[in-house]
Amino acid sequence: MAETREPRLEYVLRLGDSALVLGQRLSEWCGHAPVLEEELALANTALDLLGQARLLLTRAGQMEGAGRDEDALAFLRDPQAFRNVTLVELPNGDFARTVLRNLLFCAFQEQLWAGLRASSDAELAAIAAKSAKETRYHVEHAADWCVRLGDGTDESHQRMQEALDTLWPYTAELFTADAVDEAAAATGFGPAWASLEAGWQKLVRPVLEEATLAVPAPTAFRSTGKGGVHSEHLGHLLALMQTLPRSHPGARW
Amino acid sequence: MERRQWPLWEVFIRSRNGLDHKHCGSVHAPDAKLALQMARDVYTRRQEGVSLWVVRSDQIVASDPQAKPELFDPAADKIYRHPTFYQLPDAVDHM
Amino acid sequence: MYTQAMDIAAAKGEKPGKPTRLENPEYQAQFDEKVDRGDFIEAKDWMPEAYRRTLVRQISQHAHSEIVGMLPEGNWITRAPSLKRKSILLAKVQDEGGHGLYLYAAAETLGVSRDELVEALHSGKAKYSSIFNYPTLTWADIGVIGWLVDGAAIMNQIPLCRCSYGPYARAMLRICKEESFHQRQGYDLLLTMMQGTPAQRDMVQDAVNRWWWPSLMMFGPHDAQSQNSADSMRWGIKRISNDELRQKFVDATVPQAQVLGVGLPDPHLKWNEQRGHWDFGAIDWDEFWNVVAGHGPCNRERLQARVSAWEEGAWVREAALAHADKRAARARAA
Repeated sequence: MAETREPRLEYVLRLGDSALVLGQRLSEWCGHAPVLEEELALANTALDLLGQARLLLTRAGQMEGAGRDEDALAFLRDPQAFRNVTLVELPNGDFARTVLRNLLFCAFQEQLWAGLRASSDAELAAIAAKSAKETRYHVEHAADWCVRLGDGTDESHQRMQEALDTLWPYTAELFTADAVDEAAAATGFGPAWASLEAGWQKLVRPVLEEATLAVPAPTAFRSTGKGGVHSEHLGHLLALMQTLPRSHPGARW
Repeated sequence: MERRQWPLWEVFIRSRNGLDHKHCGSVHAPDAKLALQMARDVYTRRQEGVSLWVVRSDQIVASDPQAKPELFDPAADKIYRHPTFYQLPDAVDHM
Repeated sequence: MYTQAMDIAAAKGEKPGKPTRLENPEYQAQFDEKVDRGDFIEAKDWMPEAYRRTLVRQISQHAHSEIVGMLPEGNWITRAPSLKRKSILLAKVQDEGGHGLYLYAAAETLGVSRDELVEALHSGKAKYSSIFNYPTLTWADIGVIGWLVDGAAIMNQIPLCRCSYGPYARAMLRICKEESFHQRQGYDLLLTMMQGTPAQRDMVQDAVNRWWWPSLMMFGPHDAQSQNSADSMRWGIKRISNDELRQKFVDATVPQAQVLGVGLPDPHLKWNEQRGHWDFGAIDWDEFWNVVAGHGPCNRERLQARVSAWEEGAWVREAALAHADKRAARARAA
C-alpha cells in the first residue's frame, strides 16, 4: 500500500498501531509471568490495549474509506505501513524492562487521552474518554512496580537501571514534532505530541526518582517508527502475528 | 534460596452500593497497594464502581463457634491454619 | 477430569478415602452427620486427616491443571488470526489463571501454602490433568480445546459446586460462572472454520482426530480399575463415576460433531437403540498411563516452562519483599 499522507489518518494510525503492538508484546508474557497474580495483571493490560487498538483501527479504516476494517489493517499491512512508535515494538526483555516500558508509554497515552477529549472528531474523543480510566490503572500499576524494583534488591535495581538506559532514548520520538502533529493540532483534531512532554515528565520523573534510578542524559538518537521507518524488531513481530491470515487469503476466522 | 513468601491477604468486595462487602478469596501480595491492585485484577475483572477491601490474613481475628479446639493450635483466633500465620514449635513443625 | 489423579492414586493402592485410624470418634460422628445432611465444612471445623489430605491434593492438582492449561492455549495468542479471536483467547487464558488462583486460595485454607503446592508441581510430585501434555499444532486446536476439553471439564466441575468443603464449593461456583463462555467460543471458532475454505475444514478435522481420544481419557480410568472411595463419594469430592461421565460426554458431543460436519475418529461409534446411548470404541490405556507417567508429547516442556517462569521470576518476588521491608523500616524510623 502506498504511504498514506492524510495527516489525520496518520495521527490515528500512530495511536492504533502503538496500542496494537504493545498489546501484542504484553501477550507474550502469558504463562511466563513471575507470579500468578501478575499473569492476570499483564493479561488485563494487554486486553485493554487490544481493545483500544480495535477501536482506533476501526476508526482509521472508516476515515480511510477504502473498505479496510481493523483486521485488514492489522494483518495485511507490511511493516513500513505501520505507524507505531519504536518504543513499543522492542522485545519485552525481562520484567523490569516490561514494567518500565509500560510506565513510559502508558504515561504518554494518559497525556494523549486528556488532550483528545476536546478532539474535533467525536469518535476519537469518545475513544479517549473510555480509554482514560484503563490507562490510569496501567500507569499506576507500572509505576508501583518500577518503584518496587528500582528500590528493591541490588539485582532488581541494576535490572531497572539497565532497562532505563536502554529505553529512555526511545522516548524522544514521542515528543518530536512533525507535519502530522502540526496538522492535527491546527485543525483541533488532536494535541501535538510535543505539547504532551511537560505533563509526561511531571508524571514520570518523580516515579523514577522514587525508584532511585538515574535518568540518562539526552542524546541525538531519534527512533522513527511513527513515520514508518522501524527497528528490525517489528518485522519479526508482524511475521508471527500476521502468519495465519496471510497464508489463508480471504479466509474468515 | 528465597524462603519468604509474599504474605496472604483476604479480599472483600462490595459489588454495588446497598450491598455488604463479601469475602471472596485471597491473593498473595508483597504489600497493601499491590494487594489491592491484584485483588482488583483477580476478583473483579476490572469492573467499575466496585469497593474492595484487602486485609492481611494473619491480622484477622476470628471467633468461630463451630471450630473445635486443636491440640497444637496456638492461634485459635485465626481464620484458618496457614503455615505462614505463626511459627509452630519445632517438635511439631512437620505439618 | 481433574480428579483423574485421585483415581490414579486409588488404582495404585493408596486409599485416599480411608483413614488408617479413627482420630476422634466424637468429632468424627459430628463431622459425618454434618456431611450426610448436606451441611458445609468450613476451614476451622474439625475434619478427618484423610479428608483434609484428599482435598489438598485434589484442589491443588485442579489448580495446577488450570495453570499448566494456560500454556497450550497461550501458544497461539500471538498468532490468533483476528483481533477479536486474539482478545477472546487472551481473556480465556486469563480466566484460567484466575481459576488457578481461586483454587490455590481454597487449598491454602486447609493449612498448606501456595509455595509448597507449587514446589510439589515443579518437583513432579503433584500431577495435573494429562490432557495438557498434548501440543497445539494448529489454530483449529484452540477451537477443539474449547469444545472438547472445556466441555469435559464442565461436566466434571458442576457437581463439585456441591462438594462438602465450603471454600472449594465456593471457588467452583465462581469458576463455573466464568466457564460458560469457554466452551461456546471454541465451538463458535470451529463453526466459522467449517463454513470456510477447504484448508480450514481440513485443519479442523485434523485437530479433532488428534484431540478426540485424549479428551475421552480426561475422565480417568474405567471404574473397575479405579477404586471409587466410598468416602469421597459421600464427601462430594467424587461424584458420578468415570464411565458414566464419559458416556454422558460422548452422548452430548456426537450430535455437536454432526452439526459441525466433522467426523469423529472412532470406527466403532454407533448409536445403540437398546441402551439409548452411543457405543464407542476401546480407549488406548497404554497411551493414557504413559502420558500420566511423564512420557507424553509435552510433559517435559510444560513442566520446564512452569519451572523457568518461577525461577526467572525469583528476583522479582524477592525485590518486592525487600522493598516492603525498606518501607516498614522507614516507617518505624520516622
